[in-house]
Amino acid sequence: MNRLSLFIVSTVVALFSFLPQTAVASESDEPGIDVKEIVLGHMSDAYSWHIVTWNGHHVSIPLPVIVKGEHSGWHVFMSSRLDHGHSHEGFFIDETQNGKIYERLDDGTIVRPLDLSITKDVLQIWIVVGLMLWLFIGAARWYRRHDVTRQAPGGMVGLIEMFVMMIYDDLIRPSVGERKARFFAPYLLCAFFFIFITNLLGLIPIFPGGANVTGNITITFFLAMFTMLAVNIFGNKEYWKEIFWPEVPTWLKAPIPIMPVIEFFGVFTKPFALMVRLFANIMAGHAIILSITCVIFITCQIGVAVGASISIVSFVMMIFMNALEFLVAFIQAYVFTMLSAVFIGLAQPEHHAHKA
Amino acid sequence: MPSILTPDLGLLFWMFLAFMTVFLLLWKYGFPVILQMVEKRQNYIDESLQKAHEANEKLMAVQQECDKMMQSTREKQAALLKEAKATHDAIVNQARQKAADEAAIIIADAKAQIEAERQNALRSIRGTVAELSVQISEKILRQKLESDAAQQQYIQRLLDDVAVK
Repeated sequence: MNRLSLFIVSTVVALFSFLPQTAVASESDEPGIDVKEIVLGHMSDAYSWHIVTWNGHHVSIPLPVIVKGEHSGWHVFMSSRLDHGHSHEGFFIDETQNGKIYERLDDGTIVRPLDLSITKDVLQIWIVVGLMLWLFIGAARWYRRHDVTRQAPGGMVGLIEMFVMMIYDDLIRPSVGERKARFFAPYLLCAFFFIFITNLLGLIPIFPGGANVTGNITITFFLAMFTMLAVNIFGNKEYWKEIFWPEVPTWLKAPIPIMPVIEFFGVFTKPFALMVRLFANIMAGHAIILSITCVIFITCQIGVAVGASISIVSFVMMIFMNALEFLVAFIQAYVFTMLSAVFIGLAQPEHHAHKA
Repeated sequence: MPSILTPDLGLLFWMFLAFMTVFLLLWKYGFPVILQMVEKRQNYIDESLQKAHEANEKLMAVQQECDKMMQSTREKQAALLKEAKATHDAIVNQARQKAADEAAIIIADAKAQIEAERQNALRSIRGTVAELSVQISEKILRQKLESDAAQQQYIQRLLDDVAVK
């Protein structure tokens, strides 16, 4: 029964993932399909939320563009004004520069303005934030309104409790340590659910999902920075001593501070690893699914028979990849949280037992 | 370089704002409440289990005491039954003895009475016999003897002989 429902779910997911890509097919009636362009285009941030292209017409949700011009101050307008290469108040989308907004000044020079637009990724992030607030504050309200010694939550609140306690008991408490677990739990839980929900929404190919948020280096950079700050701000004396005066033979730390330099690099390589790991995993997952989808359109151009047979293979592969990405969505959120918790735990060393 | 590889200031700004919003709100109103309440329930469950365990132990003790009481009651019951049986036997024996004694007394009485009756009867028979004898002798001797006194004397002597025999 479980396997059947999993199959149905993944089939539906795979079927849905056809929709936006079908759009791509009609778009590329012109000879040749630029797979790289399609894949990168779908993974990149954008000023509007593209849904489907029908007979050459783009159907997309326009999003607000907020830019500060070099001399003209702040401008707020909908991204639909910049469609089809149009220019609005001197701002235009430069497709050669990753499709970012540029400003053409009066003297003809082109500069990148300060750009705080609500892009597709930003909207996706706010959707995730809204979802998280609804889920967790809703769950918290349940606990406030019920006597926990009389009943346990069921349904959605029960599911949330299961997830929260799984992360807290299996991951945060052993990694951070009992003493500080409570203090760091809100950040670690927040990071876990943010990444997990974002990853899941990223697998839904149409609005309100489908944006490649955790596969964008800016997002993972921010999350890794947050972890780095949490590690280093709350790291205790022992932690800093282990970095600058570790317990190694003296010739390794003076006069040439080999070990301190290596340890100090560790402060930055740890969050860097966090950043790249999450980014690369999610980006790769999206890229593979998109590429397998593109295979259908490439082979269909060669011939109907080849196209049909390869499409079946491709379709099965897509179901498999989506099921795999479903797993990866959880695993990467879990790994990010676990590594963050471990790094935070390592920055809170107690006086080692073997020293005493 | 593709845009997903180049950090974007606008996206970073919004990410910062959004993540801080969700983080601060959930820090204040979300996760600690859930964790605290789950811990509270966990403690309650542990406590309840402990209490149940204690209650179970108490129950076991009560059960044992109950068994002990049952045992002693049974012993007492057996002793009482034994005692009752002894008393019963004693009473029956006593009654039997009394009945036998009484019967012996009654029999003795009856014997005495019979003896008395017999003596009486003998005595009355003796009188009657004497009277009859006298009357008979009178009738016989009226014809032969003139003297009444000599006759009476003679008969009396004969009668004594008979009685002695």
